[in-house]
Amino acid sequence: MSFSATAIPAATDADEPLVRIQSVHKHYGALHVLKGIDLDIRPGEKVSIIGPSGSGKTTLLRCVNYLERPTRGQIFINGELLGQKQGRRGFVELDDRSLARQRTGIGMVFQRFNLFPHLTVSQNVEIGPVKVLKVSRAEARERAIGLLGKVGLAEKRDAYPEMLSGGQQQRVAIARALAMQPTLMLFDEATSALDPELVGEVLNVMAQLAADGMTMMIVTHEMQFAEDVSDRVIFMDGGQIVEQGPPSRLFGAPEHPRTRGFLRAVLQKRTMP
Amino acid sequence: MISPQTLALIREWLPQLLVAAGQTLQMTVWAYALGAVMGLLIALGGMSRQRWLSGLCRVYIEFIRGTPTLIQLFLIYFGLTSVNIVIPGFQAAVIALGAHYAAYMAEVYRSGIVAVDSGQREAAQAIGMRRGQAMAYVIFPQAVRIILPPMTNFAISLLKDTSVASLIAAPELMMRANDITSEYYMPMQVYLLSGAMYFAMSYPLSLGVRYLERRFGRGRQLNLNLA
Repeated sequence: MSFSATAIPAATDADEPLVRIQSVHKHYGALHVLKGIDLDIRPGEKVSIIGPSGSGKTTLLRCVNYLERPTRGQIFINGELLGQKQGRRGFVELDDRSLARQRTGIGMVFQRFNLFPHLTVSQNVEIGPVKVLKVSRAEARERAIGLLGKVGLAEKRDAYPEMLSGGQQQRVAIARALAMQPTLMLFDEATSALDPELVGEVLNVMAQLAADGMTMMIVTHEMQFAEDVSDRVIFMDGGQIVEQGPPSRLFGAPEHPRTRGFLRAVLQKRTMP
Repeated sequence: MISPQTLALIREWLPQLLVAAGQTLQMTVWAYALGAVMGLLIALGGMSRQRWLSGLCRVYIEFIRGTPTLIQLFLIYFGLTSVNIVIPGFQAAVIALGAHYAAYMAEVYRSGIVAVDSGQREAAQAIGMRRGQAMAYVIFPQAVRIILPPMTNFAISLLKDTSVASLIAAPELMMRANDITSEYYMPMQVYLLSGAMYFAMSYPLSLGVRYLERRFGRGRQLNLNLA
């Protein structure tokens, strides 16, 4: 079972990262949220970002599809500068149309699902391909049926989002993102708004997607999931990357005292009744 | 209670008043259409990132809201003649009322649009929609449920406000009522009859508002079948 034909990017130079984040800073007024982030992500890699709330991990993720504009620094997707272009004097903002085109290759799943409440489940998945990719209605419908089947919601396709559980809504949101056939998927605390018993169904879909070879950036509080699925785990604190490495090392033998402190606090919480 | 003579007179006035009521209805529809379209443009302009455009829209709204309808009507009907622009009464009334209501409608559009959760715009952008597409396919269809009841209320007050057009002798119900009154000097009968006609036209709209509020007040969504 595969989610989409383009889940695995065309074979490129293995050294060429799909995402390159270069000394990215983000300020909100006086608040310095990201303090110089450098990060490369290879095609097909699954990277989990963990850290305490307020560490900047969600802001970083939102920068990767330009929902947040970095105050300084650049992000490249497949070698293409995101959201900006080289002007006569420094970098200037990209126009609406070009930015929208760049975003079509990047799927995003939000903590609060953000399904379109005025559209049915199927229409939620179809609207991107129809309006943005100009795919025919019939083809978009076929794509939607296929994807909804993969996330186990084929029979819900004519329901409205409000009639679905949180877990079902989030699975529709994943299908909606995949309908654009992205090369990169961003997950922003995709299970944090869910009742505990609904977390598993969403994580299963994400794990399946990972197994299919999708490149994924996952901001999460689900440590077990991060450990099982990721190729690399990144620990952020205070707007910086404190430590990163393969999950076995980061969870098994964290080097930095802040990483150890965070993991101890989180794992303690998990073992509490 | 009503004397046969009065009844005979009413029968004489009724056809004229019905024609005039039709003109009032036409004036209402045209002015409403103008206001609804202008109002949307002003609302969108007001949210533009172009400072000059949003500023201009802001000024327009404040100017219209801060001056009487009658002044605006007289400026268009009498005032423009001094620069050799002569607009017939009916059209002048449509323009003045439409432009007036546009300012209020713009505020309603704006409040409806900003009431839609910002996550909706982000989700639309995340699947590659441009700003205009996000507005047309995602934001506006959801804003409609907030916008619709006050917009229908505007139709009711606009219908009654067309009576100011009698002051520039534009053909409509109020002017016809004034004419008949001055001819027969029976103001009680004439204005009661005309009032009943305004009511007969506005009450269905009132029922419409109540229906819309019931329909959308419970969180039900409007499906415009856009996808």
